[in-house]
Amino acid sequence: MKMIPVETTINGDRTEFLCNSDESLLDVLRDRLGLTGAKEGCGTGDCGACSVTLNGRLVCSCLVLGVEVDGAEVETIEGMADGEMLHPLQRIFIEEAALQCGICTPGILIAAKSLLEKNPDPTDTEVRYWLAGNLCRCTGYDKIIKAVQKAAAEMRAA
Amino acid sequence: MALDHQAKRDFKVVGTRVARPDGIDKVTGKAAYGADITAPGMLFGRILRSPHAHARIKSIDVSEAAKAPGVKAVVTSADLASPDDEYYADIRDNCLAREKVLYDGHAVAAVAATSKAAAKAAIRLIKVDYEILPHVTDVDEAMKPDAPVVQEGRALENVPAGMSQNVTSHFEFGHGDLDAGFAKADKIIERTFKTAATHQGYIEPQACMASLGTDGRGEVWCCTQGQYMVRANCAEVLGIEASQLRVISSEIGGGFGGKTTTFIEPVALALSRKSGKPVKIVMTREEVLRATGPTVSTSMDIKIGMTNEGRITAARGELRYQGGAFPCGTVEFGAQAAFAAYDLEAVQTLGWNVMTNRPKEIAYRAPGAPTSIYAVESVVDELCQELGLDPLDVRLLNAARKGTLSAYGPTFNEIGLVATLEAAKAHPHYNAPLGPNQGRGLSCGFWFNFGGNTCVSLNINDDGTIGVVEGNPDIGGSRASISMMAAEELGVPYDKVRTVIADTTSLGFNDVTDGSRVTFAVGLATIKAARAAIQEMCKRVAKIWGIDEDAVLWEDGFAKPSGPNAGTHPPMSLAEIAAIAGNTGGPIAGHHEVNADGAGVSFGVHLVDTEVDPETGATKILRYTIFQDAGKAVHPDYVEGQMQGGAVQGIGWALNEEYIYGEDGRLQNAGFLDYRIPVASDLPSIETVILEIPNPGHPYGVRGVGETPIVPPLAAISNAVSRAAGVRMTELPMSPPRLLKAMSA
Repeated sequence: MKMIPVETTINGDRTEFLCNSDESLLDVLRDRLGLTGAKEGCGTGDCGACSVTLNGRLVCSCLVLGVEVDGAEVETIEGMADGEMLHPLQRIFIEEAALQCGICTPGILIAAKSLLEKNPDPTDTEVRYWLAGNLCRCTGYDKIIKAVQKAAAEMRAA
Repeated sequence: MALDHQAKRDFKVVGTRVARPDGIDKVTGKAAYGADITAPGMLFGRILRSPHAHARIKSIDVSEAAKAPGVKAVVTSADLASPDDEYYADIRDNCLAREKVLYDGHAVAAVAATSKAAAKAAIRLIKVDYEILPHVTDVDEAMKPDAPVVQEGRALENVPAGMSQNVTSHFEFGHGDLDAGFAKADKIIERTFKTAATHQGYIEPQACMASLGTDGRGEVWCCTQGQYMVRANCAEVLGIEASQLRVISSEIGGGFGGKTTTFIEPVALALSRKSGKPVKIVMTREEVLRATGPTVSTSMDIKIGMTNEGRITAARGELRYQGGAFPCGTVEFGAQAAFAAYDLEAVQTLGWNVMTNRPKEIAYRAPGAPTSIYAVESVVDELCQELGLDPLDVRLLNAARKGTLSAYGPTFNEIGLVATLEAAKAHPHYNAPLGPNQGRGLSCGFWFNFGGNTCVSLNINDDGTIGVVEGNPDIGGSRASISMMAAEELGVPYDKVRTVIADTTSLGFNDVTDGSRVTFAVGLATIKAARAAIQEMCKRVAKIWGIDEDAVLWEDGFAKPSGPNAGTHPPMSLAEIAAIAGNTGGPIAGHHEVNADGAGVSFGVHLVDTEVDPETGATKILRYTIFQDAGKAVHPDYVEGQMQGGAVQGIGWALNEEYIYGEDGRLQNAGFLDYRIPVASDLPSIETVILEIPNPGHPYGVRGVGETPIVPPLAAISNAVSRAAGVRMTELPMSPPRLLKAMSA
């Protein structure tokens, strides 16, 4: 099986890679591009640990084929901070202890950022339903919801 | 090491909510977990697993697989050593089956190939000839004398003759005259309970990178709760010297007890030895669910007698726990913990450990306790209902306290149960109004906590900063709490301290991160190591000042002259002492090695309101409040996080999570879609109330907090649902179909 050339933009950088036709975007990111911030918790789209955005839409990268991102724009956790400046969500997740083991954190941050872009002033219930596709086994979600709301308030005020 | 007698110590760092040292790496995706590293020339390993619940392996033909494109090595159990110790032999046989496969998903053989795809294709070419045997997956079925025997000859001598060989051990605890106690009761309730096996559900599947040469020297990088445990297991299973194996613990994506053993590391090492290349193995979620440790499933009888006033007169429990295809000891913890919250005159618990054709049970947060306490707390609640008594008052009336002879033997020292019950009673949640189809439940919870073998090395750097080296993987923020205790003791700011986790060659032995032991035991050793460094710094300063060593006092990061003969010297800071250490005797460090005891038991009380949908049987958690004694909360955010996370795992156990086996003995729900753990939209905010009843066994009063929170939710929710639905529930999980059936019965 011959590999397929793909040309895409990842976190604003033009990126080219070769991959097999059955290879997931998650495998491409992790194994071919060294972007291991997206995690594989299930490989079936149930846990959200591999969340990225594809042309601005929140997706599980384990359910997207690498070849599908040709010509597209992909944002991953590695692109969330602006140099040394953390995104408010990232900074507040640390301040509010919204992570324990941290394996779900990249996916949750990507999902939360995507929510706040669409809905800058969500209710707690809206945050909980938006993040229902991101499993966290450590925190019971409580501090995550509080951190998202605190970041949302700060971003609205900015 | 006893509690410091500095009545009401004024903590400066401990008790604050500082930022964790691994925070930035974890929010930017830089943190390296088990699956995140690569090595030059690396191969990908993949494991072939049994499709049968129980079968004899007649032959394994790997010849086709070995010739497949990209394949560099194939291994079976024949490539592993023969440990003398039964414990390690079981680990070996669970890593790669020998003679028989014992459960659906049991590993049989493995390949290493140049790509994931090549490895995946190659395992399909391995031909295993199985003779299928009858199987058993239910605990009560497995105890019947004519049940299929999972393994022969594994029962301990304390198992009476005539029982199934699947019954491997028996435990009995208690005191007092049961018959006399039950005779005094005004009301006796006896019920049988069943609970399903659940999985720890860590989001990071097991992953490792291993390299081993034919000279027996090797390295393992893996996500584990204990690098020293991985070293010991691999050395025994591979037949190599532990000293030659360096195990590095990666960042760990959750464990909850499930990463206190090894599954893939010995296999990856065997593949590496055979191929001469580093081998990476990452489990799939399906493999995690089919083949890594779930909990026990249980069947339990509980009988409790109570007076009309609510005093318990006698209590008896008989617990049957199946722990999968190998002997396990978990029922012992369950039997010890069952009645720990009560001050009882007459109590007896019996426990039976049973083998079935399921994956080998491994610890999950307070192993054994959630289920037995669920059963006990359900019967106590039903007695309260029947006798018209307030369930909190009844717990207070019967509560274990200092001086209580516990049901499992020891007499309790300072414990926080009464304080947590009183806090629950005083909380507005307890008297808040309830609507139709709603019910309130409560339960006490208990865990022993553990200390264990611990080494810490603490270095005073020449720029006045501090390096702490400890040997326990950080699962929930322990590097922060260890740094905080070092800073507190030395009198330096938190950000001057960096704590790292050593590999197995860099520090002495440490027990695994379990038993809620790290903040307690590693903290204790860190404080001791800091005190050793302080003693050395005072010695250096005494030399400079030309006074006696004991005339130098350490206070808030400074050495100060103390006492009538010390003279007047300006205090010297830690940084000043460190800067000239080379001139006063060389680098300054402290270290401490201990097998820590005095962990201090932990109690908690959970209050929950639920609403039951009479049409669907679905349960909604409306409100949840946790009260727990932390001894001293070093980092309150992470104490709250343990309480909230444990409670939500318990909510999953109570309502959804369940290993479902078909008639064929195969696991039917090996994925996160069908094995459904709680998601954010299932839950309300989880309120926490931390109480601090200092543990007499720790200088700052710290108790472990990680495990107790998973204990009460099962009963608290069952009691709330039973009251809401008007029917006493006796089986977990209370999934909608099960609850609907109970309500319509």
